[in-house]
Amino acid sequence: MRMPRFLIAATMAAGLLSVPAMAEEEITLPKQNWSFSGVFGTPDIASAQRGLQIYAEVCSNCHAMKQLHYRDLEGLGLNEEQIKAFAATFTVPQGLNDQGEPKEGPATPANQFRSPFPNDIASRAANNGALPPDLSLIINAREGGADYVYALMTGYADPPAGFTMQDGMNYNRYFPGHQIAMPRPLTDGRVTYTDGTPTSTDQEARDVATFLTWAANPEMAERKAMGVRIILFLLLLSGVTYAVKRKVWANLH
Amino acid sequence: MAGLHKSEIENPVLNWIDSRLPVITMLQKEYGVFPTPRNFNWFWNFGAIAMVTLILMIVTGIFLAMNYQPNTALAFDSVQHIMRDVNYGWLIRYFHQNGASMFFIAAYIHIFRGLYYGSYKAPRELLWIFGVVILLLMMATAFMGYVLPWGQMSYWGATVITNLFSAFPYVGKYIVTLLWGGFSVDQPTLNRFFALHYLMPFILVGVVFLHVAALHITGSNNPTGVEPKQPSDTVPFHPYYTAKDSVGIAIFLMIWSAFVFFAPNVLGDPNNFIPANPLQTPADIVPEWYFLPYYAILRSVPNKLLGVCMMFGSLLLLMVLPWLDTSRVRSCTYRPTYKWFLLLWVLSFIVLGVCGAHKPEGVWVVLSRLATLYYFAHLLVITPILGKLERPLPLPESITDAVTGRTRESH
Repeated sequence: MRMPRFLIAATMAAGLLSVPAMAEEEITLPKQNWSFSGVFGTPDIASAQRGLQIYAEVCSNCHAMKQLHYRDLEGLGLNEEQIKAFAATFTVPQGLNDQGEPKEGPATPANQFRSPFPNDIASRAANNGALPPDLSLIINAREGGADYVYALMTGYADPPAGFTMQDGMNYNRYFPGHQIAMPRPLTDGRVTYTDGTPTSTDQEARDVATFLTWAANPEMAERKAMGVRIILFLLLLSGVTYAVKRKVWANLH
Repeated sequence: MAGLHKSEIENPVLNWIDSRLPVITMLQKEYGVFPTPRNFNWFWNFGAIAMVTLILMIVTGIFLAMNYQPNTALAFDSVQHIMRDVNYGWLIRYFHQNGASMFFIAAYIHIFRGLYYGSYKAPRELLWIFGVVILLLMMATAFMGYVLPWGQMSYWGATVITNLFSAFPYVGKYIVTLLWGGFSVDQPTLNRFFALHYLMPFILVGVVFLHVAALHITGSNNPTGVEPKQPSDTVPFHPYYTAKDSVGIAIFLMIWSAFVFFAPNVLGDPNNFIPANPLQTPADIVPEWYFLPYYAILRSVPNKLLGVCMMFGSLLLLMVLPWLDTSRVRSCTYRPTYKWFLLLWVLSFIVLGVCGAHKPEGVWVVLSRLATLYYFAHLLVITPILGKLERPLPLPESITDAVTGRTRESH
């Protein structure tokens, strides 16, 4: 039975090629000026720390960040005591107790970030059927990266006249198809920053996008710093090898 | 001492070894004094560059394999473990990931060099065929490597590409089942792809050895396409070309590093940062850039089987190129007409690459069909016929003459 599977593949391919043509109307994301853009840019630590606060107080009610451990926050400028204290505010599964039953306890730096739901089914059940994606890599997993996250956070609006919304959906200018299950998460004054930074929606969106950029690429600062040194070294090496080459070839006529 | 090699190496320890296993004499012969045309241009760097890239890919790959889990439940997270927890794991992985692209850049330029200067012609046909085999092995290796992170594009790319084999009548379904190790892309697929992705580079090393061995029988071609005739036409490989290759390798590593350190994901697809989900198809399934021209050929044909045949044919046809090209002149430097047809062929390859990145609708369909048509017409029609019709420019008497600016008066 060669045909059926082949047909499935062909239909699938045809479907893939035609569906986006229908859904896409080329949404352009406004380009933001980020601390981490460019060759030397790295995430602004203060902004990323404020973003962590937003994640902890707002996003983490629905979104997991499974790739992160509390110990990783050292990269965000937190010291050991701060990390311990921050982790301890979350209750996470801690293996089994003496009776072999699952037990919970305050998180330690070695623990993964607490997930809001035990599994995807529970997550969907609590979120009207929608699955809030894990945010560990969201910046890398979306075209536009931080620009996309910022646009999405600030893109909530009333639907234009004549736009029919499905039940429980929210209108967003930058979400593909414009209907997003996530209600508007950030508003002016949604959190209170400990460093006194004003909490406008814009500032909150910027901070959370900066935090998520760090979370998706925690190696970025080290990577770019090393990159500069490696490129300089290779420039020098190219120069030296070229000089050697010239010298070797000079006696050939 | 019957049977021992008469080594001329002075160092007593090396002499002892060399007398029993003349590897040092061989290295001296093949990489030391090996007579090499003196007139190579910078295009001749890319063989050595590709060799260095292969070695770096194997080294980084072995370290990745120490921390990677070929298990559908663990693969995605194990890659993130490498990126976040393994010491310099991000460095090793980004070098490996971008290395695939760099390897293809080196190979494609190396192949272009061979095409432009007629390096595939007699007596280097077998050398060329080994080269095409290397390209095919590289593609298989790269494809399987891309599946390993088990992201959305890994999974769906694997699904689409393995399904291509289902187009072959009768045997197609068996091939697909064999590739999958089951009835869909799943755990057995990932497991065997990992095993094969680890194995194939070593087969690649073997074929590269044959490629280089064949090269050392015929000697290198050169920009004139005229064989060396006198001692002044060649220089010893060392130090002349060891020095020149070092420059190319240093610059190549610099470009590779620029990707690794400053734009490590620019050549990748954001979808591969989403874990594989068999229930959700991404909006676009696009292969890596180095496969796009072949993908465009596949999609330019309305018939699936024909499309698959043409896609594989576009590569396999290269194997018989030495017999399709009827011209006795090797280098395009002396082929004033063919040169432009060849460059147009390169352009058609690039156009196909661009078409492969776009959805096959409107102008992209027309463009990819035109480019596909020319891709095959060039190899099957223009190359054989033009070789007979073209009047080549006068060839230099020797490489030395070409370097010093003299050309043959009569032709």
